[in-house]
Amino acid sequence: MSHPWSNRPPSSNLPLVDLVDLSVSLGGTPVLSGCRLTLRPGESLGVAGPNGAGKSTLMSVVATFITPTGGSGAVLGTPLGSPRIPAVRAGIGWSGHLPALYPDLTLGENLALAARLGGLPASRGRLVLEQVGLGGAVGIRAERCSNGMLRRADLARLLIGSPRLVLLDEPDAGLDQEAAPIIDHLISRTVRRDGAVLCVSHDAVKLSGWVDRVVEMRDGRLL
Amino acid sequence: MSSGFWRSASLVALRDLRVELRSGEALTVVFPFAVVASWIAPLATSASPLLLRDLAAPVYWLITLLFGMMIVLRQTALETRAQRRALALTGLDPAARFAGRSAASGLVLTAVAGILILPVIIFYDYRPPSGALLMAPVIILAAAGLAMLGTLAGDVTIGLRGRTSLAPMLMAPLAVPLVMGAAQSLESLVAGNSIITWILVLVIADLGLAASGVMSARALEEIAL
Repeated sequence: MSHPWSNRPPSSNLPLVDLVDLSVSLGGTPVLSGCRLTLRPGESLGVAGPNGAGKSTLMSVVATFITPTGGSGAVLGTPLGSPRIPAVRAGIGWSGHLPALYPDLTLGENLALAARLGGLPASRGRLVLEQVGLGGAVGIRAERCSNGMLRRADLARLLIGSPRLVLLDEPDAGLDQEAAPIIDHLISRTVRRDGAVLCVSHDAVKLSGWVDRVVEMRDGRLL
Repeated sequence: MSSGFWRSASLVALRDLRVELRSGEALTVVFPFAVVASWIAPLATSASPLLLRDLAAPVYWLITLLFGMMIVLRQTALETRAQRRALALTGLDPAARFAGRSAASGLVLTAVAGILILPVIIFYDYRPPSGALLMAPVIILAAAGLAMLGTLAGDVTIGLRGRTSLAPMLMAPLAVPLVMGAAQSLESLVAGNSIITWILVLVIADLGLAASGVMSARALEEIAL
């Protein structure tokens, strides 16, 4: 699906994510504070930290789901909280803790729906399922799939289009070793196409194997 | 509204219908309970056949409203935050999502409301008035209105702690014009009067709900994400 940002020349070096002293409070409780982060085209960044450090909230902010309560930030060139934010969402690929699949639909139907809503042919869904080793599971309902299969299918969702910004929240959770190349492929493909990847995990060692650089997060602050 | 809007809305509607058909909850769970509920009045009152016939229409609309709410609110209740977020990132227009979801719920509700006529005829010995087929557009309009209202109420209450009780409480009073329009259409038909006025009431209520749903969709989505 085309949107203003995807029409920009690929050589542009404008940051895809630019957070300046950003803070977020949820229900009056500070969750993020003073976060500074810049992610340019072709970069991949990992954020490591313990549970409750604010990693998932940071991802939700960058995914434009949560509006910051302090500081400023821009994603794909659009200030967070601006009315133009919904227009850039199609340029973001996001995989969270839980797979965003419909249990009553087959894996093929789930991915075909995502493809068609993104303006692509339904066959693209089957294609990416084959890429992640689920070619034989196209007709299986999501509710009957193992957690590992669901995670693979959820990552396959990000391969349907070409999001400029890919956000991965604990991407290997529930995945076996054989599925690790899927994450590598997703990250390298995005970076190669002048996109950027932000990946969070509690495991800094794993992160360093996937991304260019890793920063630590603790108590809502990027260190 | 662009062709992209209707294309997206039809994709959402097809998804919801497919989910509904697979789960079969409307027809295998909600409908049988609605039949049992329609049986309660004849069982409890031991009323005379004449009184039962008078009760038939109000009971039918009451059951359609109550069980219809269960059907239309279920759709939004089932959707997870992860699914909503993934949908938003496809660039889907929230107004198209509202339209598609309402269309799917409206179709299921129309089917259930249509089949519910049978137990009412049987249990209440109800004799449909002449020209009863004119009630078909009335049922469709009422079902469409309830579907839009349910989608709206479901979206308004997303994330609230008491949503399971709040959503129906929000929906019931707002459904009054729909139930009144539908019930009075039947009354007018029985009395041999024109039902145009009541159909207009339903059309206006539906248009109002459609406008409210489309206009509030973006803001409600931002809250729900």
